[in-house]
Amino acid sequence: MADYEPTIIAFVCNWCTYTAADLAGTSRLVQPANVRMVRMMCTGMVDPKYIIKALLEGADAVLVSGCHPGDCHYINGNLKARRRMKLLKEILPKFGFDERRLKMTWIGASEGIDFAETIRKMTAEVKVLGQNDLRTRMVL
Amino acid sequence: MSKIGKIAVRDRDPVSSLQDFLKLLLEKGTVEAVLVQQRLPINNSVMPALVTDVEKLGWADPLAPAFPLNAARMLSRLTRKPLDAPIAAVMRPCEIRAFIELVKLKQGSAENVILISADCLGAYGNTDYAKVSGLGAGTQSTLAFHRNVISGKGTATEDADISAACKSCEHPVADNADVTIGLLGTNLEESLILIANTQKGRKLLDDLGVKEEDESLDLRRKAVEGLLSERVAYRDRMFERTSAAVSDMEKLMNYLGACVNCYNCRVACPVCYCRECVFTTDVFDHEPAQYLRWAKRKGALKMPTDTVFYHLTRLAHMSAACIGCGQCSNACPNEVPVMELFRTVAHGVQGVFGYSAGASLEEEPPLSVFHEKEFSEVTGGID
Ligand code: SF4
Ligand code: SF4
Ligand code: FES
Repeated sequence: MADYEPTIIAFVCNWCTYTAADLAGTSRLVQPANVRMVRMMCTGMVDPKYIIKALLEGADAVLVSGCHPGDCHYINGNLKARRRMKLLKEILPKFGFDERRLKMTWIGASEGIDFAETIRKMTAEVKVLGQNDLRTRMVL
Repeated sequence: MSKIGKIAVRDRDPVSSLQDFLKLLLEKGTVEAVLVQQRLPINNSVMPALVTDVEKLGWADPLAPAFPLNAARMLSRLTRKPLDAPIAAVMRPCEIRAFIELVKLKQGSAENVILISADCLGAYGNTDYAKVSGLGAGTQSTLAFHRNVISGKGTATEDADISAACKSCEHPVADNADVTIGLLGTNLEESLILIANTQKGRKLLDDLGVKEEDESLDLRRKAVEGLLSERVAYRDRMFERTSAAVSDMEKLMNYLGACVNCYNCRVACPVCYCRECVFTTDVFDHEPAQYLRWAKRKGALKMPTDTVFYHLTRLAHMSAACIGCGQCSNACPNEVPVMELFRTVAHGVQGVFGYSAGASLEEEPPLSVFHEKEFSEVTGGID
């Protein structure tokens, strides 16, 4: 079980983390291939239902990553996203989801190394948590 | 600001005395219309009605222990554009609280509205109320209900009892209304208490010529405290039971097992504020081939799909605003205990954000304010 390859769905902001991920790639930084990235115009656009759906479909973890506070191109989309994450971290554990399956980070466009490191760490953490079995189970 | 007055009860009938009080509002021209629960002549049920004719207030039954729907939605329809003249809305505390949430969500305005609310001793769900109201013509069942409750006989009849939402409600008194009509701690067959909580409410009582009384509210306070401790105890047991019943996905699915995705709970919910719910848009008209792909991955696909998804999304979208009226459960054709689930989660969510839904117009809804330095634990301590 410890050996499974987790699937991480990452909702990343076009202006920062997405660029950082691109930079990590072009810099040929070694990073695990566990992330499926969804590029958003801003983390403020990440509705809680996207995250809920990802988990119900069997994602082992969800990452939301945007611009550092003060750097959001839409002024405060990232701060809205943080409140929504807080909300989900309150709600979802009530139904047995480990809150460590929900992660949020600030990663700026130039922080490719930081991105690769975040993914490496997160993949390792989620491996320990074990697989989300909803992927292959019937969910009502 | 607050002013205390009295409504004298004639013929030991608090309902007709309240009707007289409301008639006065129209007669004096203080308001142009009264939104109030009205007894329907047809089958002795009650519904909110917008009344302009004084005589028609003879059908008003604001104390009927019924809550066919949350009237905040109706008041929001009336106030989504500015009103030319003031109206009065006589609503339950949970309806006042829902309306306050809707005003904050820009789906109504309190500007030209005078909110009046009587202490709420509870209400029966729609199917149960039909059994209760049939016990006598007109307002007889209302009078019998209040007599029983105030004298300590309780709310249960042979085959019905007030809803679980009411039994667990810790807001039986609306001190956020402009005028509160106090039943608790009074002898209902003699007099009711009038309390103006706001400038608007005070002006109303002044305009109607209500005399200021220097009555002690001690009895009332005691009665309210007693009711609250019962309600809170019931509520906490309900939270505990519900939390245990949904503590993992298996259990949650079991809990929601009877749900058929009719979305009645959302339609009935006064604070489910989206004009168009995503679950009824074509986002959920999945491609036929998509259903097959899902079925192949999981071996079997329950249809309709997305039941748990729907409820979790609704929780994420509106639990911060849930005022606990129980209309969701009232509307469910399949007896899914929706209210218990939503209230339990809402209690935690509102706790996290230090918010009390419906309490006041000043408190800002948690998902509409955000600060640069807060909740740094979400981002690993970095903000
Ligand atoms: S979720 Fe249920 S209890 Fe809460 S406000 Fe909506 S209808 Fe009322
Ligand atoms: S009203 Fe009942 S059956 Fe309909 S969607 Fe809500 S919980 Fe499901
Ligand atoms: S633009 Fe990057 S988080 Fe808003």
